[in-house]
Amino acid sequence: MATATATNTNKSVLWDWLTTVDHKKLAVLYLIAGALFFLKAGLMAIFMRIQLMSAENTFLSGQTFNEFVTMHGTIMLFLAVTPLIFAFMNFVIPLQIGARDVAFPFVNALGFWIFFFGGLLVSVSWFFGGAPDAGWTAYVPLSSGEYGDLGLDFYVLGLQISGLGTLVSAINFIVTIINMRAPGMTMMRLPLFCWTGLVTSILIVFAFTPLAAGLALLMLDRIFGAQYFNPGSGGNPVLWQHIFWIFGHPEVYILVLPAFGIISEVIPAFSKKRLFGYTAMVFATLIIAFLSFMVWVHHMFTVGIGPITNSVFAIATMAIGVPTGIKIFNWLFTMWGGKIIFNTAMLCASSFVPTFVLGGVTGVMLAMVPVDYLYHDTYFVVAHFHYIVVGGIALGLLAGTFYWYPKMFGHKLNEKLGQLMFWMFYVGFHLTFFIQHILGLIGMPRRVFTYLDGQGMETMNLVSSIGAFMMGAAIIVLLINVVYSAYTSKRVTVRDPWDARTLEWATTTPVPEYNFAQTPQVRSLDPWFYEKVHGDGTMKPAEPMDEIHMPNGSILPLTIGLGLFVWGFGMIMMQMENPLIPEWIVIGAGVIITFGSMLLHSIHEDHGYHIPLDKIKKIEKEVS
Amino acid sequence: MSDSVDVSKGLPPNPEKATLEGKNKFLGFWVFLGGETIMFATFFGTFLGLRDGTAGGPSASELFSLPLVFIMTMLLLTSSLTSVLAMYSMKKNNFKNMMVLTGVTVLLGFAFLGFEIYEFYEYVHHGGLGFTTSAFGSSFYSLVGLHGAHVTFGLFWFITLMIRYSRTGITLTNAPKFYLASLYWHFIDVVWVFIFTVVYLMAIGGA
Repeated sequence: MATATATNTNKSVLWDWLTTVDHKKLAVLYLIAGALFFLKAGLMAIFMRIQLMSAENTFLSGQTFNEFVTMHGTIMLFLAVTPLIFAFMNFVIPLQIGARDVAFPFVNALGFWIFFFGGLLVSVSWFFGGAPDAGWTAYVPLSSGEYGDLGLDFYVLGLQISGLGTLVSAINFIVTIINMRAPGMTMMRLPLFCWTGLVTSILIVFAFTPLAAGLALLMLDRIFGAQYFNPGSGGNPVLWQHIFWIFGHPEVYILVLPAFGIISEVIPAFSKKRLFGYTAMVFATLIIAFLSFMVWVHHMFTVGIGPITNSVFAIATMAIGVPTGIKIFNWLFTMWGGKIIFNTAMLCASSFVPTFVLGGVTGVMLAMVPVDYLYHDTYFVVAHFHYIVVGGIALGLLAGTFYWYPKMFGHKLNEKLGQLMFWMFYVGFHLTFFIQHILGLIGMPRRVFTYLDGQGMETMNLVSSIGAFMMGAAIIVLLINVVYSAYTSKRVTVRDPWDARTLEWATTTPVPEYNFAQTPQVRSLDPWFYEKVHGDGTMKPAEPMDEIHMPNGSILPLTIGLGLFVWGFGMIMMQMENPLIPEWIVIGAGVIITFGSMLLHSIHEDHGYHIPLDKIKKIEKEVS
Repeated sequence: MSDSVDVSKGLPPNPEKATLEGKNKFLGFWVFLGGETIMFATFFGTFLGLRDGTAGGPSASELFSLPLVFIMTMLLLTSSLTSVLAMYSMKKNNFKNMMVLTGVTVLLGFAFLGFEIYEFYEYVHHGGLGFTTSAFGSSFYSLVGLHGAHVTFGLFWFITLMIRYSRTGITLTNAPKFYLASLYWHFIDVVWVFIFTVVYLMAIGGA
C-alpha cells in the first residue's frame, strides 16, 4: 500500500485507517470486514452440516438451527459477498478507468462505515436473546410482531442501515464510472469488470430501495403495530413476498455480475488473448440486468397467484438463459486457442464456467412451473442456488483475490498452497452440493434441522457434510496462505507481474496514493496491452506533470455510521422488556450523532490539499 | 477542482455544473432520486394494494376533503415555482433574489407541513383513522408521512444552506449545493402530484 511512500502527515496508523477516504485503503477495509463475516457465516454452515450428518442428531437444537440458517443466508448475502465485491470494485475500478480516486471519496468511506455498523447491529443480536430465526427471507407472519422475537428487530434495523451504506456506495460507483474516466476511455473501451460494476451499482440503486421500503414496513409492523400484513385488518401477507423478491431476485445478479466481471478479466489475462465478443458481453450484461427485474414471481410459483402470471414469469426466467449462455460461450472462445496458464486464479476462473452452467441448468428446471411444485422448498433448490453463489460467486471472488493480490498487497500468494486450496474447495464443493440435488428429488425439505432414520437420506447427508468439511479446510489453507505469503513471498516491484492487459497494471507497485502521476491517455480497448505491443510499453500521459489535488481524511463517516448504530439499537430497545435506560435517550443520541456529523460535514468546507510537484517526483522515483 | 475554473470575470453561466465536483454531484443526485422514486413506488404499491382493507374502519371516500388537499397542493406547487425562480436568480448571479426566493419556498413548505399535520390530527381525533386501525390506515399514513418526512428534511436542508451561506454570495462551491436542494424540492413536489392523484382523487372520484 501507499502508506509508506506517501504519508503526508504524521498521523498514527490507526487514526489514518479510521479516517481514510483513499479508495485503496477502503478496499482493504472492505476485504477484511467481508472476510470476517464470511468466516462467521461459513462456520455456521459447518455447524449445520454437523447437525445434519446423521439422522435425528441432537448437536444443535431446532431453534439454534433456525438461527444459523437465517444468519448464514443473511450474512453471506448482505455482509460477506457484498463487501468482498465492493472491496474489488473499490480497488480496481478507479485504477482501470485511469482515475485518481472515486467521484466522492467521503461518500465512499461513509458507505463502508454505515455498512459496517449495520452488520455489527445484526451481529450483536446473539447477545440479546438470540439471532433472527425466520430465514433470510423473513416471510410474514413468521417475522411479524406476533410471532418473531427480538432477533427480527435486529434483522430489520441492521439490514436497513447496512443497505443504506450499500446504496450510497453504489451511487458513488455509478458517478465514478460515468464521470471520472481518463481521456480516451470511452464506454466501449471500459474493462468488463467496470461494466459489470456499473450495472451492479445500477441494480443496487433500483433493488435496495424496495428492500429499504419493505424493511421499513416490517419495522413499522413490528414496533409500531402497523397492519400491512395482517389479513384480519385488511392487510395481505403476500405483499411482503412481492416486495422482498422484487429486491431479492436482482440481488442475486448484483452479486454474480461482478463475479462475471472478474472472470472476464482473469480468463483473457491467463489465456493471452483479448476477451472474445466484448460487445456481446456488454450487452448480455445489460440484458441480464433488465430481465432480473422481470422474474421475481418465480420465487412465488406455489403461492397461488394464477397460471397466467406464473407462465409469464416462467418464460421471462428462461429468457435469462440466453444472455448468460452468450457469456459462457464467450469465455470458452476466449480460452479456445489461447496460451493458457493454469495458476490458481485461472483454475478458479475456468472451473467457474462449467460449475455455473450446472447452476444455470437447474435454474431453468426450476423455472418450469409444474415441476417447480415438486422442487419447491426441497434441497434441490438449496443445491441450485449454492451452485450459483458458491460455484459462481465464491470461485469468482477467489480468482479475483489471487489475481489482484499482488497489486493490493505488493506480493503474490503462494501458488502451491493456492492450488491445494483450489482442489480441496472444488472437490469439496461438488461433494457437498451435487448430492443435495438428489436429496431434494427424493423429498428432503430445506431448512429442517433433522430427519428420520430409514428414509434413505443418511448416506447422502453424510457425504454432503464431508464435502462441507473439505471446503472449510480449503478456507483454512487460504488463511494459512495469506499469513505464509506475507512472510515468505518475494516483494513485487514490477508494475505488471502477470503480463496482463488492463490499466490497473500500468500503475507502479505499490500504488501511490494518487494512483497516476499523470492521467493516462487511453488509445484502445485493453490499453495497457496496446501500449506494450504498439507503443513503448508505458502509458502516454494525457496531461503535464503538475501538483495533484487530494481529499482530506475525515472521522465523520465513522461517526455517522456509529450514530445510525445507536439509533437502530434504541429502536430495538423499544421492544425490550426492561431496558436499563429509556430508549428515547438512545434514539435521540443516535439521531444527534448522525445528523450532527452530517451538519458538520455540510457547513465545514473542506477543499482538500495539494501534493506539490517535487514530492510527486520523489515518490515516482522511489516506486519505479 | 474548484480552482481549475477561472472566476475572475464572474461566474460561468451554469455555476452548479462548472466544476468536476459539481458535475459529479449533479449526476449522483439524479441517480439518488432514481432510487427514491423506486422507494416511493413501493409505498404507492403498498397503498394501492391495501387501500380497500379498511377492516370496518373509516374508508378513504368518507374521510378525505378536496378543499384542504387543494390548498396543500397549491402551496407546494407554488413553492416549487419560487424554487425555480431562485435557481434562475442563481444563474444570473443575483444572490439577494436567490436568498429571498428560497426563503419564500421555505415559508410555503412550512405552510404545507402545517396543513398536513392538521390533516393527520383531524383524521386521528375526529375521523377515527389511527395508524393501527386498518391496513388502509397504516399504508395511508406511511406513504403520506414518508412524503411529509421528506418535506421536513428538505426544509431543514434549505435553512442550513441559507444560514451557512448568508454572507458568502454565490460561489462555485455553494452553487451545486443550492441546486441539489432545489432539485430535491422539485422531486418532493412531483411525488405530491402523484399522491394527490392516486391517494385523494382516486378515492373521491371512486376509481
